[in-house]
Amino acid sequence: MPTSKTNWTWQLDRTIPSELVVGRKLLDELLAKLESLKWNRHDIFSVHLAVDEALTNAIVHGNKSDAEKQVRFSCRVSPDVVRVEIVDEGGGFDPHALPDPTAPDRLECPCGRGVMLMRSFMSHVEFHKHGCHIVLEKKRS
Amino acid sequence: MTTEYRRLDIKPVGDVTVVRFRDHKIIEDINIQELGQELFQLVETDGCDRLLLDFSAVDFLSSAALGKLITLDKKMKAHGGTLKLANIRPEIYEVFAITRLNRLFDIRQDEADALAAF
Repeated sequence: MPTSKTNWTWQLDRTIPSELVVGRKLLDELLAKLESLKWNRHDIFSVHLAVDEALTNAIVHGNKSDAEKQVRFSCRVSPDVVRVEIVDEGGGFDPHALPDPTAPDRLECPCGRGVMLMRSFMSHVEFHKHGCHIVLEKKRS
Repeated sequence: MTTEYRRLDIKPVGDVTVVRFRDHKIIEDINIQELGQELFQLVETDGCDRLLLDFSAVDFLSSAALGKLITLDKKMKAHGGTLKLANIRPEIYEVFAITRLNRLFDIRQDEADALAAF
């Protein structure tokens, strides 16, 4: 788990409106940085997938795509770790009370896989502020 | 079949309709909506009852895209049709495996393998 002594070599901090296209541009910046640092394809794919799901959760589900609400997007990159924090202004949710999307009676539901994918593809996921603040970390393979 | 498809390349192979996605990244909501409409049209309007989805050009897809595929699968089953997927790269196959959707969909290695399985 990174600490205050983690050697962050790159960072990006932005407050954006609740528009996915804006959030994805920041994600593209992060992915371009990882590519420039020669992170492997699987790690970059994992970060792409998980952070995109987190952005969708914050903007679409949290802030209901309300133009009046904002999202705080922060990311840090060190030689071995990438850390992303996303904070929305929504009503929150209980990430521990989500139904299992792999259960037989939920397998054919078209939604509900985002948090599972984040947890599966990132090394570490934390939720704070009733689900409105997510921290995603990926250790370099 | 005279419909114009923007997101798909359609190729009949015998009585199987092979569909290749044009988008490399299936992530933008509007693109996913259009993609879904085109796939559903193949089933509901054009009457395709044997459909093979070729993912060879796809290097990323979001969970929203998975949702459209699930809905397509339901429509195919409702119409008595058969759906298979092929040419899925390892990272994307991992998404299907983690979500257990590899149990819902019939995923084959490549087009030849999938066509032989119809």
